[in-house]
Amino acid sequence: MLEFTYTAKDFKSANEVRWCPGCGDHAIMNAIQRVMAGLGLNKADYAVISGIGCSSRFPYYMNTYGFHTIHGRGAAIASGVKSANPRLQVWQITGDGDAMAIGGNHFIHTIRRNIDMNLILFNNKIYGLTKGQYSPTTDFGEKTKTSPYGTIEEPFVPGQLVLGAKGNFYARAIDGNMKMSQEIFDNAARHKGTSVVEVLQNCVIFSGGIHDEITKGEDREDKQIYLKHGEKMIFGTNKDKGLVLENGKLKAITIGQDGYTLDDVLVHDAKEESLYMHAALINMQMPEMPVAFGVIRAVEAIPYDVAMEGQIAEVKKTSKIKCMDDLLRSGNTWEV
Amino acid sequence: MTKDTKVIELDQVAIRFSGDSGDGMQLTGTLFSDATALVGNDISTFPDYPSEIRAPQGTVGGVSGFQVHFGNKKIHTPGDKAHVLVAMNPAAVKANAKFLEPSATIIYDIDSFNDKNLKKAKFATDDPFAELNLHDFHKIGVPITSLTKEALIDFNMDNKAVLRSKNMFALGLVSWIFNHPLDIIEKALKAKFGKKQQVIDSNITVLRAGFNYGMNMQHTTPQFLVPAADIEKGVYRNISGNISTAWGLIAAAEKANIELFLGSYPITPATDILQALSERKDLGVKSFQAEDEIAGVCTAIGASYAGDLGVTSTSGPGLALKSEAINLAIMAELPLVVVNVQRGGPSTGLPTKTEQSDLMQSLWGRNGESPMVVIAASSPSDCFDYAFEAARISLERMTPVMLLTDGFLGNGSEPWKIPTMADLPTINTRVAKDPSKFKAYRRTDETLAREWAFPGMEGFEHRIGGLEKDDSGTVSHDPANHQKMCELRAEKVARVIDMVPDIETYGCPEGDVLIVGWGGTYGHLVSAARELCDEDYNVGLAHFNYINPLPANTADVFSKYKKIIVCELNLGQFAAYLRDKHPGFEYHQLNKVQGLPFSVEEVKESVTKLMEE
Repeated sequence: MLEFTYTAKDFKSANEVRWCPGCGDHAIMNAIQRVMAGLGLNKADYAVISGIGCSSRFPYYMNTYGFHTIHGRGAAIASGVKSANPRLQVWQITGDGDAMAIGGNHFIHTIRRNIDMNLILFNNKIYGLTKGQYSPTTDFGEKTKTSPYGTIEEPFVPGQLVLGAKGNFYARAIDGNMKMSQEIFDNAARHKGTSVVEVLQNCVIFSGGIHDEITKGEDREDKQIYLKHGEKMIFGTNKDKGLVLENGKLKAITIGQDGYTLDDVLVHDAKEESLYMHAALINMQMPEMPVAFGVIRAVEAIPYDVAMEGQIAEVKKTSKIKCMDDLLRSGNTWEV
Repeated sequence: MTKDTKVIELDQVAIRFSGDSGDGMQLTGTLFSDATALVGNDISTFPDYPSEIRAPQGTVGGVSGFQVHFGNKKIHTPGDKAHVLVAMNPAAVKANAKFLEPSATIIYDIDSFNDKNLKKAKFATDDPFAELNLHDFHKIGVPITSLTKEALIDFNMDNKAVLRSKNMFALGLVSWIFNHPLDIIEKALKAKFGKKQQVIDSNITVLRAGFNYGMNMQHTTPQFLVPAADIEKGVYRNISGNISTAWGLIAAAEKANIELFLGSYPITPATDILQALSERKDLGVKSFQAEDEIAGVCTAIGASYAGDLGVTSTSGPGLALKSEAINLAIMAELPLVVVNVQRGGPSTGLPTKTEQSDLMQSLWGRNGESPMVVIAASSPSDCFDYAFEAARISLERMTPVMLLTDGFLGNGSEPWKIPTMADLPTINTRVAKDPSKFKAYRRTDETLAREWAFPGMEGFEHRIGGLEKDDSGTVSHDPANHQKMCELRAEKVARVIDMVPDIETYGCPEGDVLIVGWGGTYGHLVSAARELCDEDYNVGLAHFNYINPLPANTADVFSKYKKIIVCELNLGQFAAYLRDKHPGFEYHQLNKVQGLPFSVEEVKESVTKLMEE
């Protein structure tokens, strides 16, 4: 393939970026632009498709093909784009309201079909563009403008939905951690199939600091684990903590304490087809466990768009009908 | 033919096969109509089936029918009423009593007219014909069930499989009555059942048994003879409206030299289009069975955005779900064909029945100023032409187009003189050529259509979306720009009028009454107009295929008649639209919302009544 050389700047459009100062979206976009520049693919092949919401303004700021569509339907439209032309690089930008609420159906079915796109889910656990209503990922009991007495509904865990929908790629990232999110976006871009990346994104105005407990503070390394395929599940400020499997459950331990050694610590296998360990990693919650980041699942499977193209090529080879005139004259016809 | 056979010569005959929805009536009707076309008659067919897959056996709700109308002149409708009814059970007689010509022939399976079935069909006595006041009808009781069993005695088949073959006995009998050789049907059965030799053999055995029974009993069965029709020379095939719609879309994509993408969700009565296009991988058709109606249209819009001809097919309730996305295509100014095979509404309504009540929804059922080209097909075979035209307009004018058909057209079939691709008009897509001059919403002066640049085309990278924008595609909240853009989009659709042919009237070019119709009612309206003209009434028919924009000569045509009557299968939607677009006329109305097509008789009656007023 022809290599194209770009810098991140080549992917910035002339449009003024209008997200609030301090919004996590700025950092996510910078990371994605850097990743795109580094992939060496033709800029004209990128199609960035979004739905509605703050994050969905994303395509306007990209110097690529972009389509800002309607609420919740970005995944469906992106499915059409990629199926129509499998050579395109499709990035689908969405938020927790867009993908988890109004677009929930398209989200799960896109994943189930495994259409080759990078689905970036900006999760700030709030409706930002409509100014502060709770979303399907808002924590139970949270007070927002539409839940002044606290929500009375359980939130979705996006990773669980991805697994439930037979997802093959799921990663979790943090907006402010550029190094980590760049690595994850790069992995997502190279994976063939639907790559879902949930980014914990900070809305400074309506849910400011919502992820701080995990992402901020001097002890944040003790509360996060950055998983990498083939590497030991080690975390902590001093890199002395690890995950082990005990009685069928994950457990966070300190290496060298209670008889645990480095050998006891699990090795992350993102390519394992079984959902068991990936589900356990996705479900980890503070304070007992660290929150998992990185590429948690990356299983190879044939993408829908490739299968569609293959099936067409296969049928074309064997069918006697080669053009419309053949079809018109096929079957039962008679002459008058 | 022996002398003692009573031969009735007719110039047209309608026959209705009717039984339980599991009795195979649709197959029987299809086989019979194919054979009828091959012996040289013109035909029109109409299946009438219940919405439940298997409604309770033997009940009136579970009756499935298939009507074939054939004759020696151009046949435009499946016939108001049947000359011959084949009834497999008492419920079939009850369901169809209203739809019979006076003194029609009723062939019924005498074996199934037992207490149990009479009760299921809610007859109070053991004489269903008397109960329905069918005294003067020619009734022929045939022991179809027992003769079928007898014919298959050597086949070693289970009872269920034997009973499934009853329809072949009826088909053989009817073939004899109408003088159809069996070889055509036998060939079709072999093609249909392929390697299932026993199924083929048993069906053919029963078919022949029915035929022979008819021949042996000819002193009791009047034989009908319909001479061949005088039909234009050419190669023909039978085609239903849904298949010809699907094929028209493939033809358009081939002509435009682009790929066809269908995003759709199964819905009665439009599903055949999705099925027909899913079969055509050999012609490169990308069919996408989406998770819902919304994803159906959204994937189509995505495909259009990526450079394919994006199409979605649906029926009324599905169209309602697609409204928001169609508006996105209107705003983004992308090609998109939306096929709406209308059915009885509102809500789930009458899913398997025909209606024309989505006209207003098609024209106006979206938020904001949302102009859309709307066209309508008027016969099963011209669905091909209008599907092709819908795509041509959409691609050349960069705007979504709604194609309206209906359950009657979609499921009905007729012989079709097959066109060749060379005869169809060219389609010039608006693919951008010069990146230095490209602006997302720069328009040509004549048509106001923008250029089409899609991902993968180097140097044309740009952003579009559902927000209001200026010429370059940049989001704009400027008040004056919004008004300008709304007016431009409306004007762009209005200018499609230069692709709309003038309306041609049928019958008297001027006179007392103009019958006005649109879409799927053409067959019945033109038959009514023809008969009225034959009876020396000064009547014309203006039948519309282009709804928005209307043909340029519309007012001119209307002005040539003393009275206008707008006939449609709704409560007056086209009449209301005409009052808005051409307010200078008085529009009388004939409206029917029974899930049924017009009958020629009721149209004639309304017209003659209007003349007397």
